[in-house]
Amino acid sequence: MDALTSTAVASRGRPRHWRLAAFARDRAAVLSAALLLVVVVACIAAPLITSVGPYAADDSLRYASPLTSGYLLGTDQQGRDELARLLWGGRVSLAVGVVPTLCASAIGLALGMAAGLARGLLDGIIMRTLDVLFAFPIVLFAIALAGAMTPGINTEIISITIVLIPYIGRLARTAAMEVAAMPYIEAARAAGGSPLEIARRYVFPNVLSPVLVYATTLMGLMIVVGSGLSFLGLGVQPPTADWGAMVADGRIVLNIAPHVTLIPGIAILAVSLAFNFLGDGLRDALDPRTGRRSRAA
Amino acid sequence: MTNDAMTTDAVTSDPVTGDVVLEARALRTRFGSADGGLVAVDGVSFALRRGRTTAIVGESGSGKSTVALSLLGLIEPPGRVIGGEVLYEGRDLTLLSEAALQAIRGARIGIIFQDPLSSLNPALSIGSQIAETILAHEAVSRAEANERAVELLTHVGVADAARRAADRPHHFSGGMRQRVLIAAAIACRPEIIIADEPTTALDVTVQAKILRLLHDLQQEMSASLLLITHDLGVVAAMADDVVVMYAGRVVECADVDTVFHAPRHPYTRALLSCMMGIEGSRTAPLTPIMGAPPDLRAPPPGCRFAPRCPDATDACSSWSAHLLRRSATHSVACRRVDELSARD
Amino acid sequence: MSRFLISRLGSVIPVMFGVSVVVFLLMQLAPGDVATALLGPQATVAAKEALRHALGLDRPLPVQYGVWLTHAVRGDFGVSIATQEPVMDLVLPRFLNTLVLTFSSLLLAILIGYPVGIFAALRSQTVFDRGAMAVTLLLGSTPPYWLGLLLVLLFALRLHWLPVSGMYDIAGNGGLGDLLRHLILPAITTALGPAAIITRMVRASVRDALSRPHVRVARAKGLPRRRLLRRHVLRNALPPVITITGLQLGYLVGGALLTEVVFDWPGLGSLLYTSITARDLPVVQATTLLIGLCFVLANIVVDLINVLLDPRLQEG
Repeated sequence: MDALTSTAVASRGRPRHWRLAAFARDRAAVLSAALLLVVVVACIAAPLITSVGPYAADDSLRYASPLTSGYLLGTDQQGRDELARLLWGGRVSLAVGVVPTLCASAIGLALGMAAGLARGLLDGIIMRTLDVLFAFPIVLFAIALAGAMTPGINTEIISITIVLIPYIGRLARTAAMEVAAMPYIEAARAAGGSPLEIARRYVFPNVLSPVLVYATTLMGLMIVVGSGLSFLGLGVQPPTADWGAMVADGRIVLNIAPHVTLIPGIAILAVSLAFNFLGDGLRDALDPRTGRRSRAA
Repeated sequence: MTNDAMTTDAVTSDPVTGDVVLEARALRTRFGSADGGLVAVDGVSFALRRGRTTAIVGESGSGKSTVALSLLGLIEPPGRVIGGEVLYEGRDLTLLSEAALQAIRGARIGIIFQDPLSSLNPALSIGSQIAETILAHEAVSRAEANERAVELLTHVGVADAARRAADRPHHFSGGMRQRVLIAAAIACRPEIIIADEPTTALDVTVQAKILRLLHDLQQEMSASLLLITHDLGVVAAMADDVVVMYAGRVVECADVDTVFHAPRHPYTRALLSCMMGIEGSRTAPLTPIMGAPPDLRAPPPGCRFAPRCPDATDACSSWSAHLLRRSATHSVACRRVDELSARD
Repeated sequence: MSRFLISRLGSVIPVMFGVSVVVFLLMQLAPGDVATALLGPQATVAAKEALRHALGLDRPLPVQYGVWLTHAVRGDFGVSIATQEPVMDLVLPRFLNTLVLTFSSLLLAILIGYPVGIFAALRSQTVFDRGAMAVTLLLGSTPPYWLGLLLVLLFALRLHWLPVSGMYDIAGNGGLGDLLRHLILPAITTALGPAAIITRMVRASVRDALSRPHVRVARAKGLPRRRLLRRHVLRNALPPVITITGLQLGYLVGGALLTEVVFDWPGLGSLLYTSITARDLPVVQATTLLIGLCFVLANIVVDLINVLLDPRLQEG
């Protein structure tokens, strides 16, 4: 699970400043942001874009290849419009990438800051617990969690959230400890600031930005992991289908209608890549020291 | 202008001062790419005489360390030597292949670098880091090389060398590490030793010991020493000849007495007066050099010291700065050298 | 060294204990009732109660955990709900098959990642370097199961070079050649993602090592290029690379689980898949615990290798 660790290492650091100009100069990041925006809008506006719904099966037109009239991306084995399924499915896939990452960020941030600032016993308890969760390979843990619960989108979101908490918690703890060691925190303490006040005013803003950068990159990865759960049938149940489930559908007709498998896979790949680029761009914008190395490394 | 520098002061064998073992002629080295880079060394010429010590002195950023690296082809790409010659044993080192340079580096010419803390590989024992120089150049067994490494360590003043040879660098202090690096550099008894700010990173108390060691080794091996430093005290104590660099160029070149007692270039004089001031001499008041060294990405036209020079005139900024020969051993790159000498 | 080993193993025991707690609690997440699942919906309440009592399910949770753990450490995970076989008999042969797939994928990822990463670092900013970086970026974002399907489509369905699925041909005698033919596509599928990450990490680590001052010193000694790279660059670049490779194990196992489903590879992944579908929780538990423990042990091995390479870590 090293994509996770490497980002964590690269994105922690000292107080930082947003540099919008640096972000705007990063063509890949700007293009990625634009692509993600288009995808999100298209998925939300799915009913306006396609005339057919995602479940409307046209028995007379099964396995239609892309660019068939009326079906831009063709149809699947039940004659359902691939484009409609892609857009409707995108709602689920994006939610599975974004929602758990945000939830885990909030929980991980709270745990990590508590551990990093309180130190001592609380730190020990939190970190040992997270160590245990670390012991599981991320995909295995997500599968086991999702497998133990009733399949569905909630299961998917909950299990990915739990899996991510230790990663974000550890990052937040390191960042909080670094900030807490800064002279100005000492000064704030000497000036009689309450611990909560210091945490809120000084530590939180400095811990938030590395977590945000990390979370952005994680969203890309979690779309891949989430689609894997759906591919195994642990996510949304038919006839609803997200991109992973669409790949699984296409598997049966791989030889006669490869586009049914290819199209949702390309969507996962493109969106995941875009989140990666966006995360890199945010990191550079936040922390000039890591500079271009982030992508090179 | 580089041609001028080359023709005006191409130092050759001189019966009075001994023969030349290594000579740089109009050396130019660039860092970075052709469009975005900078020329850190711009037409530097000097000669290193057999058995003597030549000091290259200048402020940080003057290009003196780059000269040391350029001599042996150690500039990292995309930086590279873009002009001039380095003459050694009748060959131009800038034209040699990497393999031919490998045979010279460490064997005939040894280099000691500035930062002993990072110059040793933390993962290897110090004995093996000395022995590898020997193994690279001589047909000896590993055991023999290790044995010689221990002798060398003893020789450079590492106590209990036989045991300590197996230790890794982090067990050694800065001064001890520099001794190890010196041992590695002289392992094959090179005839030239280049020492690039060998004491800058060390404690003051250790500095003198390391310089003493370098001096003794040089005498004992009758090697020639090229000493790169910003410290005029070191120059006074060690050097026979002095090359003063400013902003990538040589501004004055002379024997050590001339430089200290009859300097001609305004920059050399300013440098000396800084030192005198620091050392509390009563004869010369402290005169700091006004302004800052130029940005080498856009160096000033003409004489590069002109913007900071108390004696500069408008003409200095259009003068094709090159060394003017004052005597067999003294050259100065100042347009007004005669006027200013007369004024004194 | 032995002291380091003991202290490292000591620190792992609480983690392993925690892992077992988590795996045990997984069972509690499951919806529905085990007794109902075992006896069927038409069983009487009394029968279900009796079964619950027999299984110890009416006792407090910590007691249940204690009983489960004492059995688990002896390798007894009960019987499969689906097949009524002892769980260990199901899991062990599958475990070996997963090891075959995981280790061949790890080997493949190393064989691809190390040379490509080193070469890219040494040929920094060339076409090769940029190309390698672009491809690894792409592979890092590719869903592994989807990549597997693409490979099946190309090499099995279209080109007919390699078999689609399984570990051996149905008619085959299960020789090594047959195994290898079936192994190629799943191993590549599992290896490519980790290979991409390893490549990037190796490249970064070698570039970092190359920029260290001691490399210049070694050049100044006149060392031949090969020896210079081996002693002063790769030697120093190795420890972080080995740590990263070790971390890939988790990623690799995760990928292998999905790959197994795509290729019907008879390993823990496909077992996990079928037992989740069948809600066969004892099997899910045993599988998860086994992989979790292996992962913990693998991390110790990685630490050990690093200490052997760099004794400073041990002193620190």
